[in-house]
Amino acid sequence: MSEIKRKYVIPGELVGKGNYNRTSNVYQIEDKFYSTRVGMAEVFNDSLRVIPLTGPYIPRVDDLVIGKIIDYSAFAWEIDINSCFSGFLLAQSVFGRDYSPARDSLTKKFALGDLVTAKILAFDRTRDPLLSVSGPGLGRINRGEVVLISPTKVPRVIGKKGAMIKTIENYSKCRLTIGQNGLVVISGNPEGIVSAKSALNLIDHEAHIADLTQKVQDLLSESSKGKKE
Amino acid sequence: MSNLLNSKNRRLDGRKLDELRPIKMEVGVIDNANGSSYIEFGRNKIIAAIYGPKDVHPKHKTKTESAIIKCRYHMTPFSTGTRKNPAPSRRETEISKIIREALEPAIVLTDYPRTAIHVYIEVLQSDGGSRCAGVTAASLALADAGINMRDLTAGCAAGKINGKVALDLDEVEDMEGDADLPLAILPNLEKVTLLQLDGDFSRKEFIEAFKLAKEGCLKVYDMQRNALKDKYFGSKDA
Repeated sequence: MSEIKRKYVIPGELVGKGNYNRTSNVYQIEDKFYSTRVGMAEVFNDSLRVIPLTGPYIPRVDDLVIGKIIDYSAFAWEIDINSCFSGFLLAQSVFGRDYSPARDSLTKKFALGDLVTAKILAFDRTRDPLLSVSGPGLGRINRGEVVLISPTKVPRVIGKKGAMIKTIENYSKCRLTIGQNGLVVISGNPEGIVSAKSALNLIDHEAHIADLTQKVQDLLSESSKGKKE
Repeated sequence: MSNLLNSKNRRLDGRKLDELRPIKMEVGVIDNANGSSYIEFGRNKIIAAIYGPKDVHPKHKTKTESAIIKCRYHMTPFSTGTRKNPAPSRRETEISKIIREALEPAIVLTDYPRTAIHVYIEVLQSDGGSRCAGVTAASLALADAGINMRDLTAGCAAGKINGKVALDLDEVEDMEGDADLPLAILPNLEKVTLLQLDGDFSRKEFIEAFKLAKEGCLKVYDMQRNALKDKYFGSKDA
C-alpha cells in the first residue's frame, strides 16, 4: 500500500504538483492542482482529491435520492431533491409506454407532498435530472421519519463498507434509507428513531473527527442502556 | 485641510502608516443561509450571506452555460452617523456591481449552469473601506457555502493622507485625505479583481500605494484562512 498524504485545505490552496490521472474538487494550472473547496485533501500515487466539508448537492447519474413531489403536469411529476435542480419523473416511466393523460391520473400514484425514493436516470449540464422509481426499494415512502443532513456528510453516515450505517441500524433496530442528497429516512420503533436521529446529528456536526464510529457506538449504547433502566 | 498625522507619523487612531485596523472574522453566523460570515474591519461591522445556487428569477436571465451572481451591498439605516435612507443609493448600486465583478473570477461559475448564486452584504456599522471588507466577507461566505472557487478574494485599501501613502484608510482619513485606492486580489493566482482610485497620485505614489494595498490584502487573506480553518478544522494548523 502506498503512502497517502492528507491535509486540510481551503479554496485556492495548493494540493499537489505533478501528474495525476483522476482528480476531484481541484482545478489545474499547468502541473499544479489547487483545491476548489474547504475540505480534506488526499494525495495518492496517481490521483488526488479533496473531500469537501460543506456544499450543496449536485445530482449524479445512478444516485439514490429522496425527494418530495412538489408539482405535476399531464406528463410528469416535479420532485424537490434538495438541490438547485429539481428532478422530473415521467408519467410514462410509472404507468408504462401506453400512458395516456386522458385515462390515467397522476395523483393516483403520487400526490403532492408525497415522499419518494428515486434513482437518477439521466442528468447533464443542459437538462434537469430525470428520475425513476422502478427498482427494488424505490417508490413512495409510507412510514418513517425524514432527517436532513448535509449532503457532504453522506459518505460518513454510510462509513467504510457500510460500517457506520450498520452500527446505527444494529443499535437502534431501525432501517435507514440514505439519499445521496442528504435526506435520510428512518423507519422502525419510536425509541429507535430517536436514537438513530441523535446519531445522525452527531455525525452531521462532527464528521471531521477521527474515531467517529466509536463515538456513535458510545452514544447509541448509552441511549439503549437508558431505556432499560 | 486638517492634520491627519502627528510629528511622529502616527495617525489619528495611533496607527503607523503601514498598519491595518484591528480585524476580526467569523464564518457560519447565519443558520438559514447556505454560507455566511461576519467581519469587523476596524469600526466596520459587516455580515455576508450566500443563498444558492438556486433557480434564476426572472427566467430569461438564465445562462445555459454558467451560474449568474446576484450581489446586493446594503447599508442599514443605522450604519452611518445620520440615518441613511434604506433604499439603495447610487453608491450602493455601484458597490454591488464592483463586488460582484470582484467575486466572479474566483468562482467556477461553469460548475453550476442555469442557476443563480445570491450574495447579500449587509453593513451594520460603517467606517472607511467597507467595500474591501465586504468583498472579503462575501468570499468567506462563498467558501462556507461550499461553492467551487479558484481562490478566495481578499480586499484592502491604501491611500494618501497629508501627502504620504498610508494603508487602510478609515472614514475620516478617506474624507480628509488626498486619495483612496481600494484593491481586491486573488492571492494564490496573483490576480487583481478590484481596483478603484479616488483622488490623485503621482505615478511613483501609485506604485507605492498599490504595493502597500497588496501587502494589506495578503495579511487579510491570512486572517481569512484562519477564520475558515477555525470553523472547519477546529483551529488546527494543518
